[in-house]
Amino acid sequence: MISWRAIAAATLLAAAAPVLLAGEIPPDARRSGYAFMGADTRAMQDDDTSNPGMLFVLDGEALWAKKIGSADKACADCHGDAQSSMKGVAARYPAFDKALGRPVTLDQRIILCRANHQQATPLPYESRDLLALSAFIAHQSRGTPITAGDDPQAKPFVEQGRVLYMQRAGQLNLACTNCHDDNFDKRLAGAPITQAQPTGYPLYRLEWQTLGSLERRLRSCMSGVRAQAYDYGSPELVALELYLMSRAHGLPMETPAVRP
Amino acid sequence: MPTQANKLLPYTIIGDGIPVSLTGSPGDAARGRALVLARTTTCILCHSGPFPETRFQGDLAPDLTGTGNRWSVSQLRLRLVDASRFNPDTIMPSYYRNDGLVRVGRNFAGKPILSAAEIEDIVAFLATLRD
Ligand code: HEC
Ligand code: HEC
Ligand code: HEC
Repeated sequence: MISWRAIAAATLLAAAAPVLLAGEIPPDARRSGYAFMGADTRAMQDDDTSNPGMLFVLDGEALWAKKIGSADKACADCHGDAQSSMKGVAARYPAFDKALGRPVTLDQRIILCRANHQQATPLPYESRDLLALSAFIAHQSRGTPITAGDDPQAKPFVEQGRVLYMQRAGQLNLACTNCHDDNFDKRLAGAPITQAQPTGYPLYRLEWQTLGSLERRLRSCMSGVRAQAYDYGSPELVALELYLMSRAHGLPMETPAVRP
Repeated sequence: MPTQANKLLPYTIIGDGIPVSLTGSPGDAARGRALVLARTTTCILCHSGPFPETRFQGDLAPDLTGTGNRWSVSQLRLRLVDASRFNPDTIMPSYYRNDGLVRVGRNFAGKPILSAAEIEDIVAFLATLRD
């Protein structure tokens, strides 16, 4: 018979060194998409004066200080200097919201603050202002190791995301794991496949010619396998995002990253 | 690209192949080559092959050079129709299948990836890949 002691010991061990599930990438082998890029694209990301994502960060900084809505309040009126108040915040999002009983993404948190605390018109997903604010906030976490998913209340949603990540879908019948766990470092029609680490979002994609959210990226991978993409903000997309963040545990945030 | 016809033509698997043409007539190898190279057919996302005109080839799967030496026409037909018959965990899609799939996109639902005639053209082309 297994004693409660053995179970407790096993749980403690599991907490210290998370058990890897089949197909998962061991922690010391995790690499950001940055490591897969050519020297030119890396240089563009590294130099703030050439990184096109920094324009959005600057826009976000201006929006942070702007009074809007019927509350006539700016983000800064409640949150003060973002450099200290928002430091490390993006590294733990999506985060469990007690009142809602589910995890919310950083974008959803901003949308909620705008609606509840500023009483301003809602910001649509992928709108320039929302991307600018989330880029500005996530930029305050640049270099911070990712901890999203550590909250025990988030665990069932991490697991939901993991199941979706492993599930084959679409007319091409492929799962995220088939490309991003089993075939990273290989080339899909000549383009390198990475480990799908969500370290740099929102990020500037040269192919998009603009900044885009992690959800936009996931939706385009889903369309790529000819699956019906989940809607922006849907529980499935949030769960996938949470799983990806927990899977990237310990990797430093890079927002705003640049990708080809 | 995807076919209009939602109903699949019947076929019979014998051993590790489908010996009889899905359409009843032989495919056209030249059309098959063009199809294999077309991005929407998806083969060269994963495969490379003797295609000097394109740089955009994948390396998730074996090079198609010499396929005609390694596989019979009957085996190639079954592989395209349902590659999971050769390897249950394969990542290669089943090109002539329209059920048992999850969340297929609206524009693709109920349709196989390729039509029976397109499969026959590709089989005819693959059979010419001999070295
Ligand atoms: C009237 C005060 C107020 C305003 C204005 C406001 N917020 Fe908030 N914000 C809050 C409160 C209170 C919370 C805690 C969650 C809650 O109760 O909504 C919060 C939480 C947050 C969080 C999550 C912090 C964490 O540690 O998890 C972020 C990010 C955030 N706000 C961003 C913004 C942005 C961006 C704006 C401007 C668009 C903004 N807020 C405007 C009051 C405000
Ligand atoms: C057919 C292969 C394939 C499948 C299946 C696939 N992707 Fe991707 N994915 C790619 C390619 C190619 C890219 C662009 C290059 C790169 O970053 O890997 C990409 C990019 C990404 C990125 C961006 C990484 C970065 O550095 O910014 C994420 C995150 C991602 N995919 C997640 C997913 C998720 C989640 C799924 C399942 C819903 C999925 N992918 C399914 C091929 C695939
Ligand atoms: C998502 C990736 C993928 C796509 C797309 C794909 N294949 Fe494959 N294919 C594979 C893999 C992987 C194998 C190796 C055997 C296996 O695992 O099934 C394979 C094996 C083969 C083989 C046998 C190769 C050999 O010599 O052993 C042929 C022939 C073939 N594929 C043809 C095609 C054709 C034609 C297409 C397009 C209609 C295609 N494949 C699309 C992944 C793919």
